[in-house]
Amino acid sequence: MREDAWALRRHRHLSDEALIALVARGDDTALAELYDRIGRVAYGIALRILRDERLAEDAVQEGFLAVWRSAATFRAERAKASTWVVTLVHRRAVDIVRREERRRAEPLEPVTGQDAPDPAGSAEDEAWLGFERERVLTALAALPDAQRESLELAYYGGYSQSELAEMLGVPIGTIKSRMFAGLARLRALLDETDTETAWTPRLTS
Amino acid sequence: MDAEAHELIAGYALDALEPDERARAKELLERSEEARDELRAFTEATAAMATAASGPAPPPGLRDRVLDAARADRETVVPLASRRRPRLVPVLGAAAAVAAVVAVALGLWGLSVSSDLDDSQAALAQAQAAAAVLASPDARAVALEQGDGTLVVSGTDAVLVLSSMAAAPAGKTYEVWVLDGQTPVPAGLFDGGGARDVVPVDGSVGAGAKVLVTLEPSGGVDAPTTTPVVASAPV
Repeated sequence: MREDAWALRRHRHLSDEALIALVARGDDTALAELYDRIGRVAYGIALRILRDERLAEDAVQEGFLAVWRSAATFRAERAKASTWVVTLVHRRAVDIVRREERRRAEPLEPVTGQDAPDPAGSAEDEAWLGFERERVLTALAALPDAQRESLELAYYGGYSQSELAEMLGVPIGTIKSRMFAGLARLRALLDETDTETAWTPRLTS
Repeated sequence: MDAEAHELIAGYALDALEPDERARAKELLERSEEARDELRAFTEATAAMATAASGPAPPPGLRDRVLDAARADRETVVPLASRRRPRLVPVLGAAAAVAAVVAVALGLWGLSVSSDLDDSQAALAQAQAAAAVLASPDARAVALEQGDGTLVVSGTDAVLVLSSMAAAPAGKTYEVWVLDGQTPVPAGLFDGGGARDVVPVDGSVGAGAKVLVTLEPSGGVDAPTTTPVVASAPV
């Protein structure tokens, strides 16, 4: 058993936001707990963009290092903690993929090995992730094709607006408005099926 | 905000901007609260897209790699206090730290080994029941009118998925109720305190019923004695 196993058990009871507050004070066991909660989604999105396990690991490591370094600047009123962490990893993955000329010559394909079992994840987490995935895929499928294409190529492919305009042969203004309309619509569709609200500090005692 | 500003924020949320536009977006976010609000909404949507993308589990060694990198960083860049300006400490972050301290004071982190073993048996049964509902093809989400989370319903089976539920204080437990008509029926106990509590609702949850949660004495009671901390919309 790892030497910090006990510390991890303690942190199990904290919200993601409380963990970030501990990370801001240099508590690496809080960072470990954050990784245990968010690492799978973070690695999943990095691998989807980079389609290379080594590069995806780089993106996750650099993203979590950004969390470690900038936790003190995290503002809960601006984003949920888990969203913030995923955003930092996504940004690193996009920066890496734009550096890698190799990716640009390859067709965009779905990641293989989807739904591989995760020995570390609990059955509850697996089931919940599956439920969430279905919900989001359903919402994406409800978007107009051109909007969905823009969102997926940008977020999953790491393509910039100007790259997409060139690739699809449409004016950049069209790409921009598709992204805005698509994201606004996606958000509305997700809101219809979810009521998870912003985290607020709350003690029930 | 004009159309161009909206589009800039959308591009920023998707990480789809070229460096010069990324800088413009950051400037806009610095000065416009409306832009920050919109970014928050958009990043919840993009983070949902990330959840949908998740595929194979990360390699086991990645966890240590992440932690080693952070520890190495701490050794080279010290001290933390001097490089972080105090005014940057978020108000809610401070509140969260206070919540953590209160949790320690209440003794919530102390668990005996024997109760852990009992917990794991019960947790396994709970996980199986919850997984069956969450994985069923007709599973649907019902909004909560109170509390953070979702009620997932399949047929007359239901699972509460709650986020950031504070652990029940010593001597107390959370009790789940099904309200179908006038009288709430007990539907299980849980302690809370997880980042995400997945709680199967005992018994059947029919059309029009609500699911409630109250804080009660350990062992549970036959009728609620406190105001609900969680309440679903009618199923």
